Amino acid sequence: MAELRYPLGEHNRADVRSQTGKSADELTVADIRAGTITAADAAVDPDTLRRQAEFAERGGNPQLADNLRRGAELALFSDDDVLRFYDALRPGRSSVAELQTIAAELEAGAGTRCAALVHEAIAHYTRRGLIS
Amino acid sequence: MEPAEGTSRRSAFYATRTISRDVVVPEYPELGLIAFASPNDPEPSIRVENGRIVEIDGRTEADFDLIDAFLASHGINPAVAEEAMALDDLAFARMLCGHDVPRTEILRLVEGMTPAKVARILGLLSPLELMQAMAKMRARRTPSIQAHVTNRIDHPLLIAADAASAVALGFRELETTVPVLRDAPLVALALLIGSQVPAPGALTQCSVEEKTELELGLRGLTTYAETVSVYGTEQVFLDGDDTPWSKALLASSYASRGLKMRFTSGSGAEVLMGGAEGKSMLYLEARCVAITRAAGSQGTQNGGIDGINVTGSVPNGMREILAENVMATLYGLESCTGNDTQMSASDIRRTAHTLPLLLAGSDFLFSGFGSIPSYDNTFGASNFNAEDIDDYMMIQRDWGFEGVLRSQGDDTLLPLRRRAAEACRAVLDELDLMTFDDAELERVVTAHGSLDVSEHQTDETARAGDAIIEREITAVDVVRALSIRGFELEAERVLEMTRQRLFGDHLQTSAIFAEDMSVLSALTDPNDYAGPGTGYRPSSVRLDEMARVRQERSHVELLAEQAPHAGCVVLTERGPAAIRPRPDEVVIGISPAFGVDVWLTLSGLTVGEALRQILAGIEEEGVHARVVRVTHSLDLGMIGWTAANLSGSGVALGIQGKGTALIHRADLPTLANLELLSMAPLIDDSRYRLMGRNAARHARGEKPSPVLLPESGEPMGPRYHAKVVALINRESQCLRAGNPQEIEVTWPS
Repeated sequence: MAELRYPLGEHNRADVRSQTGKSADELTVADIRAGTITAADAAVDPDTLRRQAEFAERGGNPQLADNLRRGAELALFSDDDVLRFYDALRPGRSSVAELQTIAAELEAGAGTRCAALVHEAIAHYTRRGLIS
Repeated sequence: MEPAEGTSRRSAFYATRTISRDVVVPEYPELGLIAFASPNDPEPSIRVENGRIVEIDGRTEADFDLIDAFLASHGINPAVAEEAMALDDLAFARMLCGHDVPRTEILRLVEGMTPAKVARILGLLSPLELMQAMAKMRARRTPSIQAHVTNRIDHPLLIAADAASAVALGFRELETTVPVLRDAPLVALALLIGSQVPAPGALTQCSVEEKTELELGLRGLTTYAETVSVYGTEQVFLDGDDTPWSKALLASSYASRGLKMRFTSGSGAEVLMGGAEGKSMLYLEARCVAITRAAGSQGTQNGGIDGINVTGSVPNGMREILAENVMATLYGLESCTGNDTQMSASDIRRTAHTLPLLLAGSDFLFSGFGSIPSYDNTFGASNFNAEDIDDYMMIQRDWGFEGVLRSQGDDTLLPLRRRAAEACRAVLDELDLMTFDDAELERVVTAHGSLDVSEHQTDETARAGDAIIEREITAVDVVRALSIRGFELEAERVLEMTRQRLFGDHLQTSAIFAEDMSVLSALTDPNDYAGPGTGYRPSSVRLDEMARVRQERSHVELLAEQAPHAGCVVLTERGPAAIRPRPDEVVIGISPAFGVDVWLTLSGLTVGEALRQILAGIEEEGVHARVVRVTHSLDLGMIGWTAANLSGSGVALGIQGKGTALIHRADLPTLANLELLSMAPLIDDSRYRLMGRNAARHARGEKPSPVLLPESGEPMGPRYHAKVVALINRESQCLRAGNPQEIEVTWPS
């Protein structure tokens, strides 16, 4: 694969692929009309987000890089899962066991950074009385 | 009516001024009603043990609230903390506005600072120093601007048309919201379509409750999010139904779908929600901004926002707002700098709030300039609204700062609005969501606001919104519908916004798409301001664009009204003017171009009519009148004085083509006069007649009461001076040496 340079859309338009392996220019209006391209073909690949994380880190923002790496993990989960994880982390929504289940789900899906975030939340939510 | 005992009419007048509707309060630190340095703010402190932060601003690990705990584990950089916290506040404040220490070094040091430290440093800066710091520290070199695009009835075609207008004016992010939550998917879809009609690449968002907003993003109906609110105290954060951890996961959720996102905070929010814990506004905002960075948001919308009127109610409130904006930049965040809520009933005060930031520049000068009329702004009126667009363009022209907008006339806007409304109508019809007839579409195209379209909202918009969710309609469906209905250009542009998710380039700090779809971000377009001659400067092409405002008139245009009145009086030169032929006369001295190249006075009277009234007034007093043309000077004093020296009575009346008139006497200094009517736009026919009569009475040695101009508060200069300059130019082109000429006056039959 060619060297990836920011902005990817400018330097690596043909190299970057969606989760289903499509390049941007393979997402065509004609194929959408023909029904051979769906919304799922426009999902960003986790590796792309990790590459963006490296750019962010080089740009001096490690927190943004962390966020993009967590995003890379969530990229492989469904919309419903993502909405459910977020909801569960809101205050007073979940028991410790429920949060642990979510952390386990995340870990099972290679979402170790997100899982770590949930484990951290469990500790602080317990300490500050935010457990349902 | 007599004023009440002990009060003046002046006081009663003040009570009628708009500023009197603004209610402000003294500082109440216990309620958090204090901009800077509450007595309850903690002393800045940090303690690092084995690479872990165990104390922040006087609070130790065991007592950390959620905000402290999150900052300790994700925010403050322990490797820099001790170095940064040991810096002298004043020394660091000086680094912010000088040019010796580069931006990147400031960013490195702030990573190690606590909120109390950052707030204390920013409290040391004067307004001017805050502006300097803003210019130096903002992330993106090229400023941008965001619009509110909403209407009170959630009319989708109007949303689409107004989105097109906004992009045509130069807005690069469009934010909408809805009075009825169920309408949100429909309005987001309409905004997306309209936003891509004039040019590609504008980002769109729909500000609603966090989870719904995320859902709209996941479906591709929006391309960024902003309503991700954080607060400076734990209690208010929880009242906002989130924690730093849920917000961090939310941020990652957006990233996971290739969606741009920024957090929102702003002073006054904690006070409004009754949970400021007695802390100053800037200290609480420092906690918000620190959390924003720690959670991995690329940027923030701050600077008052919904709480601006709380901040505006305390002393130094607007300096605090600017300090908040600067604070965002110190954390390396995209600064989307408020100005999105009307902060005063007074036009002067609300402008004063916004101007310093405009001159300093930011990533987004407004996080919602109301591109629609105030009444249609469902966020509430912005600090600047559609009503103020021309004022904004003019201020941009005056100062030559990059305000990002450009003037557009109906010749440009109407076809774009039509295209947007038609594209939106076609998609709604193709997707079986809603239908609109041609008459409704026409009303949308030419509308100023929703009152021009419809009085009422039906349940149809909510049902269409429900259908979008139930049928899982996405941006891809919008692309298909646009293409099927022949809107190929828009289909391609909406699809390109979807394709961009594959790259995620717009997830980097301060990223926007330019109209050529190039990415401008802190990585491609970093702010390199370091004093005069550096940083962003508008190009000559751009300055020229800024100069072309709706009110600009060339001399040719300004003088176009003259020609139709040519010949309204015939003034024929009959040789050198006679000198004092009879004592009972008034001489009327006319200027070089009067009735030659200048035919219409500033009041709209023709020069012929003005002269006829003057002659009639003199005649009414039984005095003889004679007209001479002064050709060697266009100065009214000199014209009048020259004529007076030809007058047998020593009294003359001088008049310029633009209508300014005076009465002069030969024994006075040139620049003196007996009476002067300097406000030519206010001189009507009756006043010219009175001038004639008064000149005659002066000639007879009487002392008439001077002619008064009508009372007017309207400033004459801005309205008339461009025309004055054009008319004076004509006068000077008619100048010629030599003695005054006797004039024979005749009237065309």
